[in-house]
Amino acid sequence: MSEILSGLLLGAAFGFVLERAGFGNPNKLTGQFRLTDWSVFKVMFTAIVFAAVGLMVLEKTGLVDAGSLFVPPAFLGAAALGGALVGAGFAIGGYCPGTSVVGLVSGRIDAAIFLLGLLLGTVVFAVIYPEIEVLTTLGEFTKADSLPDAFNISDWSIDIGMIVAAVGVFVLGSWMEKKSKGPVNSQA
Amino acid sequence: MVNKAGQAKPAPYMNPLLAGILLGMVLLATFVVTGHGLGATGFTTRLTAWVGMYVAPVATNANDYLGGMVEEGKPLNAWITWQVIGVALGAFLSAFLAKRIHIQMDGKKFLGGAKRPMTALFGGILAGFGARVAAGCTSGLGLSGAAVLSLAGFTFLGTFFAVGLLVSRFLKEEK
Repeated sequence: MSEILSGLLLGAAFGFVLERAGFGNPNKLTGQFRLTDWSVFKVMFTAIVFAAVGLMVLEKTGLVDAGSLFVPPAFLGAAALGGALVGAGFAIGGYCPGTSVVGLVSGRIDAAIFLLGLLLGTVVFAVIYPEIEVLTTLGEFTKADSLPDAFNISDWSIDIGMIVAAVGVFVLGSWMEKKSKGPVNSQA
Repeated sequence: MVNKAGQAKPAPYMNPLLAGILLGMVLLATFVVTGHGLGATGFTTRLTAWVGMYVAPVATNANDYLGGMVEEGKPLNAWITWQVIGVALGAFLSAFLAKRIHIQMDGKKFLGGAKRPMTALFGGILAGFGARVAAGCTSGLGLSGAAVLSLAGFTFLGTFFAVGLLVSRFLKEEK
């Protein structure tokens, strides 16, 4: 498949599903952090488990070469610091980078401002990059990049652990949604 | 839900289990076709370089981080650009079909009230900066990185949710 076509089609499917799930709506997205709407956890856990199990099956049957998949390097300090900043930005700004695109095309001016902020944040980073380059390789775990390699556990036992965790998220989340006002089902 | 006269009622959002399975299928298909997952800030970084090429060409060329991307003069020439254009088209189609396209300043209730433009801008700056430190965002490192069981992906998701929970305690709901 040509690069342009695969990007457009896979991206369109990604955007379509995000919007269907309500992930262009900042009230719904941040409801996860107020613990009143657990859709972000539910959707992400389900997608991660589905893709992880799917990849494992495709690798075992030889349809996908595990070595050809991109596994991000284990700069765990950089991942932790970046995750903290993106989490703070999400809680304050109402979006993460991908969902702000969804918010924008459904007419949200605040999403357009968030996207502008993303570009500004990138400019700030690029300008002070020589001083902070060390942050991007912080805390490298040299032994391995993936959970199965790091702890010598089989990938299927990690997958089973993640399925159990996902079921737990659905049970706990639905219980907490019932206790509060419930999830955001549509836009006001 | 009260709607203005003549406006159709927006459709309810999809069940999260179904949406999660569909998202998992898209993510899996992306890995099979391209060898990597889905993303977003790979594009916004390239867009920053592209804008810089016109607004501040000398500084952008000399910049250690963005300079490499503008070397060949086409910073947007990458798979991630087409993927994000696809995201915009797909999300627009979905919102249109569900009658959810509505021009508004959203999120005032929980995110700063009248100061909503400032929270949106500041949140965007933090997220944009953070995604460069981690070399990925919620999609690229969190979602895609966790699907390949990477330590970096799980670490990112852990601090992402912990700090998000903590920071949202400080935002007051407008009555």
